[in-house]
Amino acid sequence: MAGEVVIRAEQLTKRYGEHLAVDHIDLEVHAGEIVGILGPNGSGKTTTILMLLGLTEPSSGRAVVAGFDPLREPLEVKRRIGYLPDQVGFYEGLSARDNLAYTGRLAGLTRREIDMRFEDAMQRVGLATVERQRVDTFSQGMKQRLGLAEILMKRPSVAVLDEPTTALDPHSTQEFLTMIRGLKADGTAVLLSSHHLDQVQSVCDRVALFNHGRVALNGTVTELAGRVLGGGHVIDVEAGGGDIAGRLSSIPGVVRVQALGGDRFRVDCERDMRGDIARRLAAEVELVGIHFAAPSLNEVYNRYFEEARDAAE
Amino acid sequence: MPQSSRADSAAGVPSRRRGSPWTGLGAVVAKETADHLASARMLILEGLVFLTAIAAAYEAIRTIRATIGESPFLFLRLLTLSQDPLPSFIALLGFLIPLVAIALAFDAVNGEFNRRTMSRILAQPIYRDALLLGKFLAGLLSLTIGLVSLWLLVLGLGLLLLGVPPSTEETVRMLGFLVATIAYGGVWLALALLFSVIFRAPATAALAALGVWLVFALFWSVITPLLANLIAGPPETMFGPRLAYLETQQIIDRLSPNTLYAETALALLHPATRALGPVLISQLQGALLGTPLPAMQSFILIWPQLTGLIATVIVIFVIAYIVFQRQEIRA
Repeated sequence: MAGEVVIRAEQLTKRYGEHLAVDHIDLEVHAGEIVGILGPNGSGKTTTILMLLGLTEPSSGRAVVAGFDPLREPLEVKRRIGYLPDQVGFYEGLSARDNLAYTGRLAGLTRREIDMRFEDAMQRVGLATVERQRVDTFSQGMKQRLGLAEILMKRPSVAVLDEPTTALDPHSTQEFLTMIRGLKADGTAVLLSSHHLDQVQSVCDRVALFNHGRVALNGTVTELAGRVLGGGHVIDVEAGGGDIAGRLSSIPGVVRVQALGGDRFRVDCERDMRGDIARRLAAEVELVGIHFAAPSLNEVYNRYFEEARDAAE
Repeated sequence: MPQSSRADSAAGVPSRRRGSPWTGLGAVVAKETADHLASARMLILEGLVFLTAIAAAYEAIRTIRATIGESPFLFLRLLTLSQDPLPSFIALLGFLIPLVAIALAFDAVNGEFNRRTMSRILAQPIYRDALLLGKFLAGLLSLTIGLVSLWLLVLGLGLLLLGVPPSTEETVRMLGFLVATIAYGGVWLALALLFSVIFRAPATAALAALGVWLVFALFWSVITPLLANLIAGPPETMFGPRLAYLETQQIIDRLSPNTLYAETALALLHPATRALGPVLISQLQGALLGTPLPAMQSFILIWPQLTGLIATVIVIFVIAYIVFQRQEIRA
């Protein structure tokens, strides 16, 4: 792994009366690593984040964040963790500078540190020209950037980003994802909660999939694809002629065939079977192309929850 | 005790949360006070209080100048004298201070949730204790700044138009009255803060606080005799008023912060006031009626009322604190 463990959750559990919101989860995040946490609404992602931040007490289990226990040493944890909630809010009547100066003072920074770090952070998020403007003139995208600037000012060991790109247009989203990669380059561990699977896949080193308060899957996208899609080798085939899907399914080692539309098919295999497929199809039909498809987190996610639903029924 | 906590204690990890609960308190007080003093809402309310109070004091001064020899306590009369159509300075304060205090705090906590700033602020190294106390202290400080300014203005106006300085006795009494007014404002501030913790909509919190204020300001004098009658029986017998009824009525009446404040103002600003409850004929033997009490005696007289006001502030704040501590922070 990349570096030391900065987040460790052991059997972390949160119960609201009879409802088990987080169910004995184990999670590790290393320094300089971006970990995506995914799952449907109510699956326990935000409650886990709140427990790691020390904003809500676990019912049992324990967590260690940046070397401190969020339950008993929340101030030490909060000094080392930056948090960007979804749809982040600011004091609208204050300027960007005054908003960040306030949280800087709360974080225990001196006036000099606030001034120096503020300029740098605003440059990095591209808001340097509007630092003295009132926040009520900002778009939601600018507010999200300002929230990231607040994290940068704090120079934390861990950044927790909860749905940071929800209100952003595609261009701003790409810029924001670049900034998140910048945090990783600084050595900051990032915990990214999002419903945008393509974005998670593009920036995250690992993914933890939450379901019913449990971490159902945890690993790289390739590892997850191996477990959920079977085999872990996904091959895209483009071919014309009769019953391509049937021919592909009959090849030993093919786990699943999915029609993508037109003459395109996605094949889940137990191993690299490009040669077997090419030999079989080239002899019988018109083979246009064959290549590895990167496993898609979207597919993994959808397949996992389809199977979970089927199992529940 | 959860299993993990036992394990932690055994492993030497502290069993209580570490760090001062007041970390960040200064930053919260400074920011909130600056917000209050610069907000349009406060400027309008303070302007209203200043104008009406100064007008009341000015009218009182005109009357005092015409009857300058009637009382040695000119500055105290300045605060208590009413001249149609304006009520006295203290009556105006008693009416307006709750409004200002409620305006300062009705959106203190729910506003943070609605702006979605609460989780961001509490993700900084600060406990909820400091946030709530900081907001309360900032409100109290803003109120105090306004009241001290008003107090100095009235004093200056009196000096200018009466041409005599206040005596030490008057200054001490007026300072005591200022402290009581701040404590009275603190009650309404704490109440508005409590409602801002309970209700997520600021309008609901404001209405609830105003509702309580209306009950005490307008209806309490109607409710009190009814309750006293229920508890202690009829107010009079064929021999005259019943002491049990009067005492019960007084106890119920004093549940209202308005009553506590009014009694404090009466004893401090009318030095001839010798008692704040029913007085028996036997207790009047030897008393020089109409003779002013020394300031210290008046302070002894209002001590229960003043401590009652301060205790009410603390109790309401503690309730707000407990409710806030139990809330889930998700916004």
